Amino acid sequence: MLPGEDLDPLPDGDAAPAEESVVPAVPDPEGATEDEVAAEDDVPAEVPAPAPDDAGPAEPVAAEARSGWAALGSALRFRGSRAQVLAGLLCAVLGFALVVQVRQNDEASLADLSQADLVRILDETTTRGDALATEVNGLRRERDQLVSGSDKRQAALDALRRSAETQGILAGRLPAQGPGVVVRLTEPNGQITPATMLNMLEELRNSGAEAIDLNGSRVTASSAFAGIPGAVTLDDERLSPPYVWTVIGDPDTIATALQIPGGALAAVRSNGGEGDVQRRDKVEVTSVRVLDAPKYATPVPASDG
Amino acid sequence: MIAVIGLVVGVVAGLVLQPTVPLELQPYLPIAVVAALDALFGGLRAMLDGIFDDRVFLTSFLSNVVVAALIVFLGDQLGVGTQLSTAVVVVLGIRIFSNAASIRRHLFKA
Repeated sequence: MLPGEDLDPLPDGDAAPAEESVVPAVPDPEGATEDEVAAEDDVPAEVPAPAPDDAGPAEPVAAEARSGWAALGSALRFRGSRAQVLAGLLCAVLGFALVVQVRQNDEASLADLSQADLVRILDETTTRGDALATEVNGLRRERDQLVSGSDKRQAALDALRRSAETQGILAGRLPAQGPGVVVRLTEPNGQITPATMLNMLEELRNSGAEAIDLNGSRVTASSAFAGIPGAVTLDDERLSPPYVWTVIGDPDTIATALQIPGGALAAVRSNGGEGDVQRRDKVEVTSVRVLDAPKYATPVPASDG
Repeated sequence: MIAVIGLVVGVVAGLVLQPTVPLELQPYLPIAVVAALDALFGGLRAMLDGIFDDRVFLTSFLSNVVVAALIVFLGDQLGVGTQLSTAVVVVLGIRIFSNAASIRRHLFKA
């Protein structure tokens, strides 16, 4: 380590055909630059002992032969010399700055890009934004459809439930209550025929009866009267007087309809019976009829039109 | 050896601390780093030449960095910052290459 020698001798690089450090030691052949000129001062001193650190061989060529790796090895040896500490410090600074710059560069700023690149990036970003906006619209529409779909589904469920209740009442599947009349038929002077009872039922239906109970049995669309006078049967169950009809419907309409001259009650009287119609604000039809599931009939599939 | 350790310590410190480069230093840091690299290779070559000197190394390191930054600064002021940065990088790159070639000849005799 000779003091004063410049770190950067002429960067002659590969151009120098002669071997290694001997060449810088003889400054004349190359065009002199500042570096070389500066190097000139110390070179003569160096020539006799080219590698002082290497326990130098006197002959320059011999020193050259082994100076490379030996110098590197001796430099790598751990010493607390000022030079090594200084070099370490500067290397630390260099490494720090290097990493900082690399990291900084990773966050590549748009400022470094050319106009064409910027236009391209802007274009790509715009296209991407448009695509995302389209996707947003599609998803929003789908969500709206799903929401309204679930609304429709709920509405359909509600409608079905109401329909089921209505049909349950009409079919006699569910107990019901409401305004109506109670008709009590007695047989003081004779016997009421099944036809009269059927006539009575038809009259009730005509006048808008919605739920009908006769002596604790629900009368439905499939109900049938049979038997003989005095032994009327409803759906194969024998009825005994007095016959009590509990009817839900408009009380006035039903009562009036029953009283029509030549109507139901007139028929009862012609059979020798008595009829008594009471209008009630609230009657209850608690009897129900269990319906078998249809064996042959199935619903017609709903067509989408 | 201390130099290698220093380099590692510097890299680790940079990774751990993750500092942000001040805005006004951003144009100069890359050039300064390249200049420092040049000084490092020059120092390595000088060491192999047996003419390493810490004082020269320090001076060369600092002056390289300062001069490189100064050139870039001047270029920025003159409106040719980009071109001048390129010029500095090219020159320093050539020097690094020639130093590396010299080192290579020292180590591999080729």
